[in-house]
Amino acid sequence: MTAPTTGAAGDVTTGAAAGARVEFRGLYRRFGDTVALDGLDLTVEPGELLALLGPSGCGKTTALRCVAGFEHPDEGAVLVDGRDITGVPANRRDAGMVFQSYSLFPNLNARDNVAFGLRVRKVAAAKRHARAQELLELVGLPSVGERYPHQLSGGQQQRVALARALALEPRVLLLDEPLSALDAKVRVTLREEIRRLQLSLGITTIFVTHDQEEALSIADRVAVLRAGRLEQVTDPATLYDRPATPFVAEFVGTMNHIPGTASGDRVTVLGRALPVDGPAVHGNVDVLVRPEAVILTPASDGTATVVASSFRGSTARLRVELADGSELLADVPGHDSVRLAPGVRVSVTLVDRPVLVSEPRVSAGA
Amino acid sequence: MAALTPAPLPGDAPASSGRGRKGRPRVWRVVVLSLAALYFLVPMAASFWFTVDDPQGFSADAYGQIFSAPGFGSSLLLSLGLAAATIVVVLLLTLPAMLAVRLGAPRLRPVLEVVCTLPLVVPPITFVAGISTVLRFGPEYLARTPFYQTIIAMQNPDFPVVLVLAYVVLALPFAHRSLDAGLRAIDVPTLVEAARNCGASWPHVVFRVIVPNLRSALASASFLTLALVLGEFTVARLLSFQPFPVWIVYISGSQAQVSVAVSLFSLLLTWLVLLAVSVAGRNRS
Ligand SMILES: Nc1ncnc2c1ncn2[C@@H]1O[C@H](COP(=O)(O)OP(=O)(O)OP(=O)(O)O)[C@@H](O)[C@H]1O
Ligand SMILES: [Mg+2]
Repeated sequence: MTAPTTGAAGDVTTGAAAGARVEFRGLYRRFGDTVALDGLDLTVEPGELLALLGPSGCGKTTALRCVAGFEHPDEGAVLVDGRDITGVPANRRDAGMVFQSYSLFPNLNARDNVAFGLRVRKVAAAKRHARAQELLELVGLPSVGERYPHQLSGGQQQRVALARALALEPRVLLLDEPLSALDAKVRVTLREEIRRLQLSLGITTIFVTHDQEEALSIADRVAVLRAGRLEQVTDPATLYDRPATPFVAEFVGTMNHIPGTASGDRVTVLGRALPVDGPAVHGNVDVLVRPEAVILTPASDGTATVVASSFRGSTARLRVELADGSELLADVPGHDSVRLAPGVRVSVTLVDRPVLVSEPRVSAGA
Repeated sequence: MAALTPAPLPGDAPASSGRGRKGRPRVWRVVVLSLAALYFLVPMAASFWFTVDDPQGFSADAYGQIFSAPGFGSSLLLSLGLAAATIVVVLLLTLPAMLAVRLGAPRLRPVLEVVCTLPLVVPPITFVAGISTVLRFGPEYLARTPFYQTIIAMQNPDFPVVLVLAYVVLALPFAHRSLDAGLRAIDVPTLVEAARNCGASWPHVVFRVIVPNLRSALASASFLTLALVLGEFTVARLLSFQPFPVWIVYISGSQAQVSVAVSLFSLLLTWLVLLAVSVAGRNRS
């Protein structure tokens, strides 16, 4: 079922010797009755930015902490450049981490926070201050060195934390939802900056997020986790267009469930036969269709009605009620939203391309 | 959480405290403050009056006699020494335990809290009765063993280690409270992990990351312990040692004026220490 892994990461690594390859080998971790990691197998290529995506509680943080050394797998191993680091203490691992919560040392100013790791390594004061200043400039904060964490905004604190994580020139960068505490606008700019920095440093980066848009927009590859297992790992475009499983399809982007009848490799839906993406099936199924793959044409004899419309600039998302009373979402170009105002009768067709099917939802029959 | 420590930005703190919002609250503030001040100042003024009262009018003689009164220096030094030892022991006991519980076994936190608060509910008399029973436990046949000699050494009147141990128990609730408040204000697990991630060893984490961020909590724990030891009478008296508080009572029997003068003096001393501690805990900027 897993879609073929594309070589997207390979392109990025050219000339980047800085990143290490990180491998999760059959990681298993349980807390009491909860299984946080259930045999996770995943390889992060040198220099790539891999987003770990999944619903809350699926084990993203746990996986990341296994790399940082704050969590120890019950079974399995973490390999960095082929070396098993499972037994290496956290302070000797070659991985910088940015935490979800603000984690700057409150008693140190921004510069000393960044220089903390260098100080641990007994780098001379002048040298580490110069390096800290350099790093602060790198994250776009050249003039906050003297400020204490409580004098910095959330976004600035996370930037400083990023600079601190990079100070020891680690070969792996671990980001555990570093943007989740920030407001939407800052989140977008900062994630782009992280990406730019990551590309220029060529550092292998694992970026944990539960925001699919964030994952799709900056990652080389996205790994979708579900209940401690890898569901699919591939580049963002493939993940969106050809999700390997209904779970991924559901989790990444929006999906319509439209009842249909399958016979082998074709499925009949909304009066049209489409090829099935995946193994042959028979009987009643749900056909999974993206809103942008739904085509609406105004027609006085149409069987469906537009019931709601929300304009989003370049596109508009419409809610359409079908003849049987079920609803689906459709994305149309923004300028079409006038023709397709609520109340307009329309005919509904689907873009002719292979579709994913899943078991019918319990509620769908009603 | 750590970022939420209410550290005032420069410039906005003093402005609001000086002026009341409206006239009325300000009046009340003055009234309450004056009443509280009266409550504390009147007895002290009366004490002071008593110490300087003299048939001829005014005399600071009592204060001069403090320093020459027999046993003043030795008992004060003993108390300060006991206080220092108690502070060291109680901090070495509580801080690592509280850190370990926070990092490794958060579920044990209530247990630790109860254990540390327990001394508050045991009356000192009961406590001393227990200690003296233990100290008296020394059958003849043990006389030559190191155990017995340790018990004897602990009761050396020059520096009664047994008092340190007793004071450690008595100071436990106060030290625990102070440190708990300090630890609540910072996100210990995250800071520890951030420091570990930067390559810090465990001792480095504790002394360079945790302790600096607990400075005011450590200071207040130390101060409370100091105040407790400088004022503790029951245990010391019943175990027949003579630290400062016991000496004050002893001297008051013979020289009333001097004993009150000494009380005022020790109050002043405690204040100075409080001032020093609060300054030490505050100078961050
Ligand atoms: N220290 C712990 N003690 C007990 N259970 C834990 C612990 N850490 C994680 N878990 C459990 O393991 C599971 C996975 O947790 P994890 O933090 O890895 O999830 P996550 O994918 O990062 O979720 P989120 O998006 O909410 O951060 C959860 O069910 C969580 O309750
Ligand atoms: Mg998490």
